[in-house]
Amino acid sequence: MSERTFEEHPHRTADTPGGDLVVAGVSKRFGGVPALRDVSLTIEPGKVHALIGENGAGKSTLGKIISGVIEPDEGTLSLGGRPLVLRSPREAIANGIITIAQELAIVPGLTVVDNVYLGSEVATAGFVRRREARRRFRELAHRVGFELSPDVRAGSLSIADQQKVEIMRALSRNASIVVMDEPTAALSDNETAALHEIVRSLARRGSAVVLISHFLSEVLSLSDTITTLRDGHLVRTVEAAGATEGSLIEGMLGRSLSSAFPEKVVVDPDAPVALEVDHLSAPGVEDCSFVLRRGEILGIAGLVGAGRSELARAVYRDAKVSAGTVQLAGSDLAGHSPHRSIRRGLVLIPESRKEMGLLMGRSVKENVSLSRLDLVSRLGWIAAIRERRAVSQLMQKTTVKAASMGLPANMLSGGNQQKLLFARSMMCSPSVLIADEPTRGVDVGSKRAIYDLLVEMAKDGMGIIVISSELEEILGLAHRTLVMRRGRIVAELAGDHMNEQAVLAAAFAETNAT
Amino acid sequence: MTHQTTEQTDTLEGSDGSPLGVLSGTSRFLHSWRTAGIAIPFLILFVTLSIASQPFLHTSNLINILDQQAATLCIAAAGTLVLVAGGIDLSVGATYGLATVVAGEIAAHHSPVLAIGAGILVGLFVGLVNGLIVTVFKINALITTLAMSFVIGGLALKVSGGNLIVLSANSGFFKFANAQFLTVPSAVWMTLVFVVILGLLLSGSTFGRYMVASGGNAEAARLAGVRVNLIRVVAFTLSGGAAGLGGVIDISRLLSAQAASGGSALAFTVLAGIVVGGTSIAGGEGSVWRTAIGVLFIALIGNGIDLLGVDPLYQQIVLGVILLIAVGLDAWARQRRR
Repeated sequence: MSERTFEEHPHRTADTPGGDLVVAGVSKRFGGVPALRDVSLTIEPGKVHALIGENGAGKSTLGKIISGVIEPDEGTLSLGGRPLVLRSPREAIANGIITIAQELAIVPGLTVVDNVYLGSEVATAGFVRRREARRRFRELAHRVGFELSPDVRAGSLSIADQQKVEIMRALSRNASIVVMDEPTAALSDNETAALHEIVRSLARRGSAVVLISHFLSEVLSLSDTITTLRDGHLVRTVEAAGATEGSLIEGMLGRSLSSAFPEKVVVDPDAPVALEVDHLSAPGVEDCSFVLRRGEILGIAGLVGAGRSELARAVYRDAKVSAGTVQLAGSDLAGHSPHRSIRRGLVLIPESRKEMGLLMGRSVKENVSLSRLDLVSRLGWIAAIRERRAVSQLMQKTTVKAASMGLPANMLSGGNQQKLLFARSMMCSPSVLIADEPTRGVDVGSKRAIYDLLVEMAKDGMGIIVISSELEEILGLAHRTLVMRRGRIVAELAGDHMNEQAVLAAAFAETNAT
Repeated sequence: MTHQTTEQTDTLEGSDGSPLGVLSGTSRFLHSWRTAGIAIPFLILFVTLSIASQPFLHTSNLINILDQQAATLCIAAAGTLVLVAGGIDLSVGATYGLATVVAGEIAAHHSPVLAIGAGILVGLFVGLVNGLIVTVFKINALITTLAMSFVIGGLALKVSGGNLIVLSANSGFFKFANAQFLTVPSAVWMTLVFVVILGLLLSGSTFGRYMVASGGNAEAARLAGVRVNLIRVVAFTLSGGAAGLGGVIDISRLLSAQAASGGSALAFTVLAGIVVGGTSIAGGEGSVWRTAIGVLFIALIGNGIDLLGVDPLYQQIVLGVILLIAVGLDAWARQRRR
């Protein structure tokens, strides 16, 4: 069994499984931040193996390592006893490992059949044999029970149908291991049921399925084995038969506190309202209402894709708002332009500092002063000395460590880059600050510094919204927490009710959906 | 837990390490190439030509080069701003042509001041339209300005009726570009002032800073409160205005105009000058003074080839190779930074 590889047996089907996939002691860091730490597990043929955990627990990273998208820093993989080094998804595919990712990888301009056989075209001497390809396609479609027309452009299909195209691609290559990352997130109930049937049939035919999912009921009904990850560590691997939703949530809980939080300052319940959002609807946001008081830190929790960032951008007036109002200190923030929001005293630190926050190739100084250049310039000309003085003060306040303020932002560590955004925000002296994932990809030391900054700013009377995928961060910082799910605020928790159990229950609860 | 503590210290050490130590030799070379820019090859070429050709270093030859490049320098200086702000303007050649015929037609019958004003205004207007199409309708700048160059070229033909416009050397209009001050013609002085102003605008004004931000990362700039669309419209308007100014300078200098002068050849020469000067075609960085040297570098190659009696055919080949090197270095530098 062990010497069987795809190179030697190009026509091998999934009925002859490739043996156990063993992940041994795998670790991975991103920019110094550990995403996986010493994870070991065995994926057996003919079984559905689920990976669960909170946002950022490391399940997608593990999935990507198995499918060759990223290489582990430490640890090894082996397939059927043979060491497996995957340098690219292509090598994974050659070993029978196929991935169906969250982001679909279809070519919209090609037909369904062309997409299914993309990269492994049915061809003779370089010419595609369309008739043969179509015949095989029909056979495959019949076998898995999909009704897809082979000649339709893939781009015109619904997301669910596009996903079917990807699944067919995987099946057409006789995958022995199929990695599915949140496969049902975009599907309707019927389609989900159909997909579940496919997953089961894959397993029946001897393939191993690695299922990464947020939906606990789905995980429980589909899988044979469930591995829970937390903070990059493997918590436990259990048989699905003995597990319940409660026991799974419990496994995800109790994240080790990797950094202490500053003490919470009590908010005056009669403090003036800084921000009032009333029945706000925008793309990805449905009918959200909440109030933020001065000096208060409001946490917004929820799973990735629950609409947290979308809500932030709708409040910031950077998205087309279809209904509802945003009032900043009692005056309506109408129209949509971040420029106006900043001038009115509302600042956003966006979720991705690289794509949406910083000018990576430009200097620290330019990055900090960008939002309020007018404060250090006269008649449109920048007063160089005033700018340097202002920036150096802000760098001190936000504890940015940089050899000089002329250094480009991409030379700084993740933590210092994030602090640059705080320095920029401080320069705007806002009344409300929205920080979206303020500590993503930041080392532990900088995390604490950022927490201190947030608390300090709230103490000065600012209203602060913290959006984070790290639950401990929200619980450690916020006075009150909103939990979002599918674009809606499904729970508001404060005081003793604000705990991991309650937030996770609200975030995962399927009963609250629509 | 102990496991975790060791990792924490690792991370902290990593972030505290001297950031400049990370720069490898090649990165450093690229960095210095970017800041010193085209100046070094320019100086080498200048010295080589001074030695190889007797007439090269003659004042009249040098002033002549500057005089000939006046329009190109103005247009390229403004074009740099467009590129830095994340756009591109291919319509400058056609705009230049339209400005020359408009100014020429008016100068033939009316006051020179009116002719000069009209030429520049036409340019500004074309630039404004370009900017609005690119930002409001979100059409790719390359396509927009390419399409606009056909429209403008047609308009210019309409204005001139397809004729060559010839002006008399006695008119006040002639003095606009040919008045001498310290043995240097006014065209050169105007160019100098214009280039210096745009250079300062890019390097020292809030507007310049916003352009760099808009071109470097439009999304980040917008979220930081920069009015990216407004900035880009202004950049395009300036570019059109510069093309108008360049057109007016040249018709005053040469006293003849036709709709087809300028055209795509001028647009590409301008772009070549900007890119050879090290301004990134992807936007977000660049400098006006390096563009000026880039334009003059290309002019020196032409001048040198003339003076040395080399087959002019080689001028284009050399220019093409230099362009590829400049763009290649830019792409390489960008890749390494990821």
